[in-house]
Amino acid sequence: MSSIDFPLEFPHEKPSEFSFSETLYSWVATVDHKRLGLMYITTALLFFVVAGIMASVMRLQLAFPNQHVVQPDTFNRLFTMHGTTMVFLVGMPMLAGFANYLIPLMIGARDMAFPRLNAFGYWIFLFGGLILYFSYFGANGLSGAGSAPDVGWFAYSPLTERAFSRGASTDYWTIGILTAGLGTIASAINVIATVFTMRCPGMTLSRMPLFVWMMLVDNWLILLALPPLSACQVMLMIDRYVGGHFFDTQAGGSAVLWQHFFWIFGHPEVYILIFPAWAAVSETIPVFSRKPMFGRPAMVAASVSIGFISLGVWAHHMFAVGMISMANTFFAASTMLISVPTGIKIFNWTATMWGGKLRMSTSMLFACGFLLQFLVAGLTGIMLGVVPFDWQLTDSYFVVAHFHFTLVGALLFGLFSGMYYWYPKVTGRMLDETLGKIHFWFLCIGFNMTFLPQHWLGFLGMPRRIYTYAPGRGWDDLNLISSLGVIVQAIGILAFILNVIRSAKWGKPSGDDPWDAWTLEWATSSPPPEYNFEKVPVVRSSRPLWDLKHPQDPDWKYE
Amino acid sequence: MTSTVLPAAPAKVQEQWKLPDRGTIGIISLIITESSLFSIFVTAYIFYIGKSINGPYPKDVLHYPILATVCLLSSSGTVVFAEHYLKHGRMGLFKLWLAATMLLGYIFLVYTGSEWRKLIFQDHLTVATNVFGTTFYSLVGLHASHVFVGLCFLTLVMIITLLGFDMQTQLRRFLFLSWYWHFVDAVWVVVFTVVYVVGR
Repeated sequence: MSSIDFPLEFPHEKPSEFSFSETLYSWVATVDHKRLGLMYITTALLFFVVAGIMASVMRLQLAFPNQHVVQPDTFNRLFTMHGTTMVFLVGMPMLAGFANYLIPLMIGARDMAFPRLNAFGYWIFLFGGLILYFSYFGANGLSGAGSAPDVGWFAYSPLTERAFSRGASTDYWTIGILTAGLGTIASAINVIATVFTMRCPGMTLSRMPLFVWMMLVDNWLILLALPPLSACQVMLMIDRYVGGHFFDTQAGGSAVLWQHFFWIFGHPEVYILIFPAWAAVSETIPVFSRKPMFGRPAMVAASVSIGFISLGVWAHHMFAVGMISMANTFFAASTMLISVPTGIKIFNWTATMWGGKLRMSTSMLFACGFLLQFLVAGLTGIMLGVVPFDWQLTDSYFVVAHFHFTLVGALLFGLFSGMYYWYPKVTGRMLDETLGKIHFWFLCIGFNMTFLPQHWLGFLGMPRRIYTYAPGRGWDDLNLISSLGVIVQAIGILAFILNVIRSAKWGKPSGDDPWDAWTLEWATSSPPPEYNFEKVPVVRSSRPLWDLKHPQDPDWKYE
Repeated sequence: MTSTVLPAAPAKVQEQWKLPDRGTIGIISLIITESSLFSIFVTAYIFYIGKSINGPYPKDVLHYPILATVCLLSSSGTVVFAEHYLKHGRMGLFKLWLAATMLLGYIFLVYTGSEWRKLIFQDHLTVATNVFGTTFYSLVGLHASHVFVGLCFLTLVMIITLLGFDMQTQLRRFLFLSWYWHFVDAVWVVVFTVVYVVGR
């Protein structure tokens, strides 16, 4: 009972008896976690394409020295909007989308704990994103110096103070992200309440799927780490609008305080972003290795430890700011410490694959890509945790390479692994494997073409955020390769978009459980009915479907 | 085999499977997230103690808000009484103690307002005067805004009780509101200590 068994006919689809406006209303007014999850993911993908185009323009500008494809001011706006969009309008909604869609299905619940709060979270995120993009039109303000924000995605003061950022562009950044952040906090409260209070009978915390565990830890981090962002943004608004002095050095304020508050949010934020990828591959790697996760309790413990430690490493973003040696040492040590649980996770994913019967589906390819690239990213991160090393390489392309390896190489690849895995559950159809492999290989090769050379660019001294550079520094060829990689990646992404759209109508029907998986979401139909499960299920182990399919060798005998 | 028939949980199992109430977890999560928010403003206040370049300075203009503190802290007590009477269905006494809570919260806000009026018009301390002004008004203002929101919800409860709605069925939710109110009080203890005791 291990082959993929497709039904001969797809369930006949009735032509919809609802009018267009009724259908539209049902989507706009929905509180169903599955629809909201899809709305989050679709909106995130749209913002992803926009921010990706911005990145392509930046790489075009940097492909050759002394180019003038864009003005320097425009370049500043591009990197600010690219970073802000990718972090807040792609990463966070992807997290919310995956969590909201899958958690109730995985724990045997009918919906999230607070369905209306869920809807609120989505719409306020959308409005926050639209506010941010409205800055292109509306930010002229009184001094006519507006347009999109150009202060970098972490908006350091005192650049963001009214004296140095005229017009309203910084305010659009502040208010847009503040608004979207409220939705994230609401979503976090929802996920935590759902996981603690709505698990089906028999599903103790230790029997929850690893996906749910990681989303739980992730949302706890959100609860603790998002308010510092909101706080420092409110402080910035007080400075800009009513003459406050939070970050005003001339009045005794401290510009570095912004950096502390921002990174108290910012560091946990990057862990918040990566957890969904870890969650997705913790489900896909075991299924495609035909082996349960190696060291399940250690994975949970490692995730929880990472959650805690990540709250104490923030100033490794500030080594070059001039803190006292004690502070630098402390944060270097905590950064080293966080590599231990992270390493445990990498070892456990690898050990899961070792000795397993690997099925190299597209989902598994992405998971493997995730593993290798996340390893590289983690190693460069540890390198940056060595303070003198960081003093040389801070604000250089080495850092850019590091965080793109984590955010694209690990996060994006992990999410794609999840998307190829769960697309059949969401739509009832399989994604095309050929297009999937084209997507993987072009993205993988293109990604490495773009970001691997950037490590060397960092070593050669190229600073980040510069809009052009002089020829003859040894940066020319590496920049060119980096820019050419964008074309390769774009082909991969196009293959993905084509795959998603085509398979929705013409993909092979998948049935309930195309991958012969083990968690509860595969026990209901694809797509699931609105109520998820006909009857409240009861579970006895962490792999309820394995127990069902193998009654002579159930998991609960061993757990 | 394309669909797996899951075992359904029998009614007895469902009855015995007790998990926390979702509203409880919800309000606790909200309180935790708000604590995180307040701790940043408190940190900023502490960081800036003694760093103002020009006056007025805290020791010149701040006086212990004894009456306001007594009012707010006793309102935590009155809300516990209100809860007690609601649980036992003594609606008259419930309304009385609820009104007492609201009055004490209102007095706190009035006191804060009058203190601010003195600071602004007599002592010429505004948000823009110095870092003391900035951090003081932000922190105390953030707290006062939370008191205000709590007061709005208490007023809502009073209105719907007076309109005849059966509040006894909503005991759980009133409990959550009272926890929020206790949280606001606890924050005031911290703010009072940091601003009026340590910071002077």
